[in-house]
Amino acid sequence: MTPLFQVKELTKFYGNRIGCKDVSFDLYPGEVMGIVGESGSGKSTLLNCMAGHLTPDAGEVLFDTRADGMRDTVSMSEPERRMLGRTDWAFVHQHARDGLRMGVSAGGNVGERLMAVGARHYGDIREQAIDWLGRVEINAERVDDRPSAFSGGMQQRLQIARNLVTGPRLVFMDEPTGGLDVSVQARLLDLLRGLVREMGLSAIIVTHDLAVVRLLADRLMVMKDGHVVETGLTDQVLDDPQHGYTQLLVSSVLQV
Amino acid sequence: MSDYNFAYLDEQTKRMIRRAILKGLAVPGYQVPFASREMPMPYGWGTGGVQVSASVLTPEDTMKVIDQGADDTTNAVSIRKFFEKTAGVATSEETSKADVIQTRHRIPEEDLREDQILVYQVPIPEPLRFLEPRETETRKMHALEEYGLMHVKLYEDISKNGAISTSYAYPVKVEGRYVMDPSPIPKFDNPKLEMAAVQLFGAGREQRIYALPPYTKVVSLDFEDYPFEASKADHACDLCGSETSYLDEVIVDDAGGRMFVCSDTDFCRSRRAAGHVGAQGVPYEEDVA
Repeated sequence: MTPLFQVKELTKFYGNRIGCKDVSFDLYPGEVMGIVGESGSGKSTLLNCMAGHLTPDAGEVLFDTRADGMRDTVSMSEPERRMLGRTDWAFVHQHARDGLRMGVSAGGNVGERLMAVGARHYGDIREQAIDWLGRVEINAERVDDRPSAFSGGMQQRLQIARNLVTGPRLVFMDEPTGGLDVSVQARLLDLLRGLVREMGLSAIIVTHDLAVVRLLADRLMVMKDGHVVETGLTDQVLDDPQHGYTQLLVSSVLQV
Repeated sequence: MSDYNFAYLDEQTKRMIRRAILKGLAVPGYQVPFASREMPMPYGWGTGGVQVSASVLTPEDTMKVIDQGADDTTNAVSIRKFFEKTAGVATSEETSKADVIQTRHRIPEEDLREDQILVYQVPIPEPLRFLEPRETETRKMHALEEYGLMHVKLYEDISKNGAISTSYAYPVKVEGRYVMDPSPIPKFDNPKLEMAAVQLFGAGREQRIYALPPYTKVVSLDFEDYPFEASKADHACDLCGSETSYLDEVIVDDAGGRMFVCSDTDFCRSRRAAGHVGAQGVPYEEDVA
């Protein structure tokens, strides 16, 4: 089986400071990878480098494109990369406001990606938008409401619908449950898990919340000061942490 | 005349603007940045159009200026006077006699010829502006032909109003490449953008010039199930009886009285001179203002 996504020795510096250094891993189709670490450990830098929002200083980010097989997305031309970003890739931001157009209705938000890849039939676009709102548990009546009239959890679900409507194969998520209260978090995680399994998505989830990766991720990567300190199956890393930092991280989780 | 250089601008400025115009004509629909000058009128009064007109005028030209189709409104009268004074060119209110026509928000009803130039005054040249406020991003979107967002606006129109309610400044795609704002002309005029005359667009405050060479393909954006419609008031002109021209609605009293008249005053006048009379019209007399 060939990997869907490969990262090779990805490095990003901010001046003299390390953003992330020598990160390598393979991601196979249908696999969910979690990246955990404390604030400032380089996880968001890594995610943004992989998703093409930041240009890495060294390393390769390979993606198994539909047309030409494995391609390095760093050296790819910008139009190609942006095309990838609105077809086979999706990016879920921590703050829904960053990923949504707040002045455009929910239906328009979901339809934007469809129109960006050439959909020009209003009825079809609207039908798909309503279908996707249903799949993320937003009432179809709210299709013409603006996201600013939605609760935080709904905004986040809307952002997910907007990203998944073109049937991407790889989803980047940056703290998808950050800033949501626990019951809303639980519902969102449930929904995400269902969608990931149902659509056979591959995903890379950056979070500092170990419960999130426990639920969603197959594999885990622990980062500290820009370096990957431990990788392995999620349960293995969380139940039997080897590296000192991972042990600290696991033992720091508050118990109710 | 000795007080001014011909047509107000100095020759270097006119060369700079002509270069921008040529580039605009070479890449139809592309917004060419230019060093817009201060003009002796406020931004929003047509500073861009005036600079473009000044750069293409020659002393032998006849100039016509219209504002929303009319030759006799403040904007049209003052710009016409401006060129009479600074360029000493002949002016006319007749579309067919003009070589350069500067317009604000209308295309004349009469078909233009290949030897004519139509200059538009443009307030906001960027069609994506109200959807994407960042200039860096809109430039990238033009460069990479990412125009999905334009349809999001039309989608919003339909979802709110059941039809594409954008009725002016209706976005068009030029030669299958650039999406362009045709300036705030009514969408009734959009089909006329494919014409024989050269069309130049000047935005003074925004410092952009763009252009359409003659017979350039211009397609109004739409959806397959909500096609573009060049709409106008469903009425005939009350003065000249024309059923095909674009109409203004004029309130005539405080008891609900109204009349529809051609927005193109020259078109209306010439029809009345030819003997056409509308529902509320009176027979045409040459000396009646």
